Amino acid sequence: MLNLSQLQPGESAHIHAIHAEESLFHRLNAMGFRIGKKIELVRQASFGGPVHVRLGSTDIILRLTEANRIQIARA
Amino acid sequence: MKRIALLGMPNTGKSTLFNRLSGASARVGNWPGITVDLMSAKILIGGHIAELVDLPGLYDLHGFSDDEQVVRHFLANNSVDLVMIVLNSSQIDRQLSLALQIRALGLPALLLLNMQDEAKRSGISIDIDEMSRQLGLPVASISAKYGDGCPQALQLAARHLEHQRAPISASEISSKLEADTQLEQQMEHIVKQAVQMPLQLTDRLTERIDRVLLHPWLGLPLFFGAMYLLFQFIFTVGAPLQEGVAWLLDLIRSDVLEPLTASLPAWLHGLLLDGIYDGVGTVAAFVPIIVLFFLVMTMVEDSGYMSRAAFLMDALMARVGLDGRSFVMVLMGFGCNVPALMGTRVMRSRGMRLLTMMVIPLSLCSARLQVFVFMSAILFTTEQAPLVVFSMYLMSFVTIFLTALIFKGKMRSSEPFILEMPPYRFPTAKQIVLRGWLEVRHFLNRASKFIIFGVVMVWALTNFPSGVPAASEATYAGQIGQFFLPILEPIGIDAKLAIALIFGFVAKEIVVGALAVIYGLQGEALELLMAQQLDWVQGVSFMLFTLIYTPCLSTIATMRSESKSVGYTVLALGWSLLLAWVVSFIFYQSARALGF
Ligand SMILES: Nc1nc2c(ncn2[C@@H]2O[C@H](COP(=O)(O)OP(=O)(O)O)[C@@H](O)[C@H]2O)c(=O)[nH]1
Repeated sequence: MLNLSQLQPGESAHIHAIHAEESLFHRLNAMGFRIGKKIELVRQASFGGPVHVRLGSTDIILRLTEANRIQIARA
Repeated sequence: MKRIALLGMPNTGKSTLFNRLSGASARVGNWPGITVDLMSAKILIGGHIAELVDLPGLYDLHGFSDDEQVVRHFLANNSVDLVMIVLNSSQIDRQLSLALQIRALGLPALLLLNMQDEAKRSGISIDIDEMSRQLGLPVASISAKYGDGCPQALQLAARHLEHQRAPISASEISSKLEADTQLEQQMEHIVKQAVQMPLQLTDRLTERIDRVLLHPWLGLPLFFGAMYLLFQFIFTVGAPLQEGVAWLLDLIRSDVLEPLTASLPAWLHGLLLDGIYDGVGTVAAFVPIIVLFFLVMTMVEDSGYMSRAAFLMDALMARVGLDGRSFVMVLMGFGCNVPALMGTRVMRSRGMRLLTMMVIPLSLCSARLQVFVFMSAILFTTEQAPLVVFSMYLMSFVTIFLTALIFKGKMRSSEPFILEMPPYRFPTAKQIVLRGWLEVRHFLNRASKFIIFGVVMVWALTNFPSGVPAASEATYAGQIGQFFLPILEPIGIDAKLAIALIFGFVAKEIVVGALAVIYGLQGEALELLMAQQLDWVQGVSFMLFTLIYTPCLSTIATMRSESKSVGYTVLALGWSLLLAWVVSFIFYQSARALGF
């Protein structure tokens, strides 16, 4: 099983599980992170900065700490 | 009176719609159970006057952020006759959850699908009737920015206000808010029935611009390069305008006001011309630069570039305990520190919020920009002056990083960093003009309150007790200056500059006005005299001090009310004074030691 942060720019996968405490889980959910949804990693900022992902019609940036909590399964 | 609430996720165009419906006549209201102020306005709807309230943006009615709690509080404690739910049509697939949550509460609601222009461009089509049938709510498609569909939406709202059952009581809502609901499947079902989206929804232009602007190696240099160019633009266009206005005001004084007031008693003549006119006039000359600055700022803010800046800078900010959003707040602070401080409300963790609020007052706001433009024009050549001012911006970043580094241990946080990246947008001319006008009004407001008071005070202090030569050491101002001399002399600040700094405590807009009054001159004559009495080392030391010590009373008051802690506010204030003195001291003494 992979983490979101292990995707290469341009690759996409499906969300398999989200490991987060309730408030973060809620927030991710409201922003469109749902189990089974397709997610694409668009790019990563330099110096170990955040990743830029695309979920359906929404673009979101998040830090690696948060990206590590999202498990994915390659399409 | 009926009450209508605007509710929606952040960045869906609520404020734009609010301004359009209210004609930007917003008033800030106070509400029971809520510590923050909400905007409200009276609008005419279906022949009746109703109160329109703009609620803060939220992702989820059950969320845990401050803003989400504010909205819950509001709905639980105030009766609302109609909730206008605003959502971004292009993101309807996930924003619909909010509408379903409101419906589940049983609140009378109207769904507004905003940004229909963008949705249309990206190939999304929404069957409004089907959507309305599925939801059981009235639905309208609008574009808040361009105004399409807004009159129809208002009519729809008016019709629903008319035929309404008794509104639900606030306490009923309050109990329902407790119960959570599972809305996901419902949402997918409705979207499937009523919305057609192209499979791969990518705005190709945004994509192409991002490929350059967010490039792993080019991104940051491009960011700083763009900042420098924008700054050059403001400076190159603004400086001649400022000189023009100053010249005009000078002309009015010598050709109109002098003859008119010649017969008045000397003290009154002095107060009116040397005090109020020179002081306010010197400040007013900067209005064109300020307007220009805010026009550029509006374009950058509205373009969607800010969240890109957050993306680029986050890794760097993380090293000093901040995050990308803190950086965006600092950029906003370049306009005015007060809204930037309030903007930190989006942060959930108190540590992160306090640390960000600690550094925002160090961000070089437009009021300080005036002082730097003024001083650098006096002490440096036309080629050097923009570089000197730009280096003040760099210095502003340096002090921000330094301060965060020092305090990050005290204000820790494990706040997750998740941010939405909107597509690029271009603000309409009307939006830009409206914003420019609002800023001018804000400036005039402050001017009438602080600046006139400030310059009159300065004039009085530099002219009394009567019988002593104006602005000499024997005046009250001279005595105050002498009193502070032991601390200020080591940083090259003389008694006259000291007075300007003391009044700058109230607001930085006063500083140049105060200088005009203290030296008893304005326009070119003032610049010549100051150039004779000061050298560039003193000038830069003065600028550094002005940059770092507390920006104005409003900022202090905002820090106090946002942090709800007097101790924290005092700490921030004390730190800025200390840092200002130390930096100026190091600069001044090293420059002198090097023989300048
Ligand atoms: N294209 C388009 N942009 C819009 C529309 N309404 C608002 N915007 C833009 O969306 C951004 C967010 O709007 P704002 O009113 O600040 O959103 P709020 O956070 O919900 O108050 C701004 O840049 C607006 O100019 C619209 O109908 N069409």
